[in-house]
This record gives sequence, C-alpha cells and structure tokens, in this order.
Amino acid sequence: MTAPMALVARGLEVTRGGRRILEDVSLGVGPGEFLCLLGPNGGGKTTLLKAVLGLVPSRGSIELFGSAAADGRGRVGYLPQRKGFAHDFPATVCELVVAAQRARWPWRVRPAERERAAAILAQVRGEALIDRPLSSLSGGETQRAFLARALVNDPPLILVDEPLAALDTRGREDLLAILAELAARDETAAIIVTHEPETVTRIADRVAYLDVRIRASGAPGAVLEDPVLQAAAFAGADHTHLGR
Amino acid sequence: MRRALLAGLAAGAACALIGVFVVQRGLSFLSEGLAHAAFGGIGLGLLLGASGEQSAWIALPFTVVVALAIGAVRRSSGLRPDAAIGVLFSVSFALGALLLQLRPRNSAPVDVEALLFGSLLAVSDGALLATLLAAGASLLAVALLWSRLAYASFDPELAALSGVPVALLEYAFLALTAAVVVTSVRTVGVVLVSAFVIIPAATARLATGRLSRASLLAVTLQVAATAVGLLASYYLDVASGPTIVLLLGGVFAAALALRGRSATRDAEGEQLPPPV
Repeated sequence: MTAPMALVARGLEVTRGGRRILEDVSLGVGPGEFLCLLGPNGGGKTTLLKAVLGLVPSRGSIELFGSAAADGRGRVGYLPQRKGFAHDFPATVCELVVAAQRARWPWRVRPAERERAAAILAQVRGEALIDRPLSSLSGGETQRAFLARALVNDPPLILVDEPLAALDTRGREDLLAILAELAARDETAAIIVTHEPETVTRIADRVAYLDVRIRASGAPGAVLEDPVLQAAAFAGADHTHLGR
Repeated sequence: MRRALLAGLAAGAACALIGVFVVQRGLSFLSEGLAHAAFGGIGLGLLLGASGEQSAWIALPFTVVVALAIGAVRRSSGLRPDAAIGVLFSVSFALGALLLQLRPRNSAPVDVEALLFGSLLAVSDGALLATLLAAGASLLAVALLWSRLAYASFDPELAALSGVPVALLEYAFLALTAAVVVTSVRTVGVVLVSAFVIIPAATARLATGRLSRASLLAVTLQVAATAVGLLASYYLDVASGPTIVLLLGGVFAAALALRGRSATRDAEGEQLPPPV
C-alpha cells in the first residue's frame, strides 16, 4: 500500500485587509518529496505555509497525509523564518526541543527526553548546544536549535521558511548540508521556501513558483529554464513584470 | 499576628507566582493598572452599602471584567498592552473616586490609608479565610496552567501549533492576575500590590536562567520577605506593607549587584560557577 500524499491543497485562498494574498493555489507534496517554493517577496510563500498550519484563516481544502488538516497538523514540523520567540525567555535549547516533544513547556526535563533532544541535535550538528541558553545563540545556532525542534517528533512533513536567511557563509553551508542529508533519506517530505539557487540545486525534487497563484511547477530544471522566473525567484524582484 | 502572617504568605505567594509571567510578558504595568482598577470596584461596593471588607467581593468580579476588557481592547485594536491598560485603569480609578463621593453623607468613613497601603496587621478571621481561599485557588490555577502559560509566553505561534489555546489562555491569565491583585489589595493596598507581583519575579530572573527555577525562587523570596518584613514591622511599630516592599527592594538590589560582579568576571575570562 502506497503512503498517502503528505500534502494536498486545492483552491487555497487567503485574503488580508482586502488584499488577495493567495488565489486558487493548488499543489501537492508526495511522501519524502522536497518541494522548493520560489517567488518574489510578497508573493504569499510564508502565508501558504501558515495556511497549511492553520495559523492564518483560509478558504479551500487542505489534506495532510490523506486526512483533514486539523487531524494531520500535529505531524508537521515547522521552521519559521522570523523567530517570534521572546529572546529574553529563560530557557535552554534542550527545553526548546522538549517543549515540542511534549507540546507543553517542561517544568523538568526527564532523562529520556534529554536523550532524545541530544540525538536530534546531533542530527543537525548541534549537540554542543543542548545546555546553551537560547539568548546566547548566534543566528546559525538558533536555526539549528529550531530545526531540531521541528524534527524532534519525526514529522513526515516539515515546512521550512527561508532556512539560510541571515546566516553567514559557513552557516549556510552547514545548514544546506543538513537539509541535503534529510532530503537524501527520503523519510521526510518538505516544503522549503527559498531565494537561494543553491538550495534548489542541492535538495529540490520539484520546484513551484508562487506569486499569489502557482505560476509554474515541475522539475527544477524545467521551471528555472524561464529566465524571467529565474530572475524573479532568486532576486526577490517585484512581480509586476509577470503580467498579473 | 498569626492571621497577618498567613494572609501575607498566601497573598504573597500567589502574587509572586503569577508575577513570573507578568514580568516575562513585559506586563509589569498590568498589576499596577489592575490594582488601581480595583479601586473602582471597591468604590462601587462602598456606594452599595458594603463594608470595607465586603466591598472587596465586589471589586473581584469588577477587576476581572476590567482585565478581560484590557485583553479584548488589545486584541481588537492592535494597541500595545500598556495603552490598553492605561486607558482602562484610569477610567476605573476615576469611577472609584467618583463613586466614593456619591456615597450618602452619613456613610461610615473610609480608611483611605488602609485602602492605599493595606492593613495586614488588622486582618480579620473573615478576611483571612477569604484571602486563603482566593490565593489558594489562584495558586492552584497557575500551577495547573504553568506549562501552557510558559509555552505561550515563550512563543504564542509555536504554542498554538502545539495545540495550546493561546487566546483563551491570555484571558485566563488576565483574569487570574486580577484575582491575585484584588486578593492582595486588601492586605498590602492599592499602591504597593504591584511590588509583590513584580519585585520577586524580577529578582528571580536575575538569579536563574530557567523559568521553573525562577517560579520557585520568586515564591520563596516573597514568602521569606513577608515573614521577615511582618515581624520587623511588628517590633518596629511601622507599616507592614512598605516594610516588606523595602525588604524586597533590598534583595533585588543585592541580586543586581551580584549579577553585575558575575558579568565583570565573565568579561575578565574567569571561570564562573554554572548558572543557578
């Protein structure tokens, strides 16, 4: 029996303040598939991820792992671009990861939970971070910690929003390598929002170009052969020249 | 003295525990605002003919409604919390002042000093029972909600993804803060109750890097300061509320100084003990 599609979205629409952010967006992500989502700034990429997670109201249908979205959302990991956490919150990386495991903030971390957190941090090359206060982490370290948080429950689908943003060269290399390892294992499907050509080259099974609507979708090479799309996707250019 | 000690410990512990979240969420103005808003409820109770003690029972739902209104105004208008608090507490306080004036001329005089600074040493059996019940219920509620409150305080979006009902929890938190503040206004007064909420929590945050330890430390500090401050005020024959607050202030100053020394040693590359 084949595994169900990780995500099937049909006719998704999101409107905010009278402005259409997403319009008639339909896409699917197969089990173990890495879909890179490209598009200009303001094109609705982050909103799409949030609509899948139920963080913004939307119309249309969303199915996760063959079931209604509400039933499947607990099995989706999420690495947001903008980290909205309280940076002065007194907590360690271990507590951050365990909170995702338990779906509650831990009063005390149990030995088995700490072991699991250590294992998942090792996967993202962040084992040394386990007892570090969150307030002491660099940008790259924060990304690793939050990626570990997103992966701790072995989600069959993760949503990753601009993972390389605000990282230095070394940090980008490291994180890209981690995502490439994840992609190679074929156990986890992903939607990766990115402006980085290297991300597409190294990890994408498929690419979709979103600018309020899905403008193109297919194998990375096929989509990116269009020079206009390529320029717009990787330069974060304005979308007006695409004739909306 | 025993009644005062029990009332002070119960109210203080409840203030300190909720205070950890008040401080973490940057809502220190909330406790000040709700204490002043409680004055409106007390004024209403006195106008309706209730005694000073009984009017606190009217102040409790009144202040809870003001707290919920702060939440509703903030969510619907997008105003920052301090603005929503500022508007509602000013209006409530003004209402209390007006209602006090509207009382019949032959009404019993109001002990304004007790209202503003509390009368811990004058706590009656009835007031003690009410304080123990209210503080006990608040402590239990915060203890039961602690892990969800902590998660929502850390990151509301991630907490929501984990199934925490963030909006509902915010209203529950506001209502609990109102209940704790009103319970404590009777003992330490409108002016000083926010000190019971803020200072132990702020001190605990200086001393530890874990929220759970900060919660325990805040309660411990408050309980110790209440006991020592009450005894000192009794033997020195001075007001108990201000004595306790001054003691808390001294502990905060000491924690700040110790933290400053640790930061200097860190900068000089010395080996530091592990975080508390």
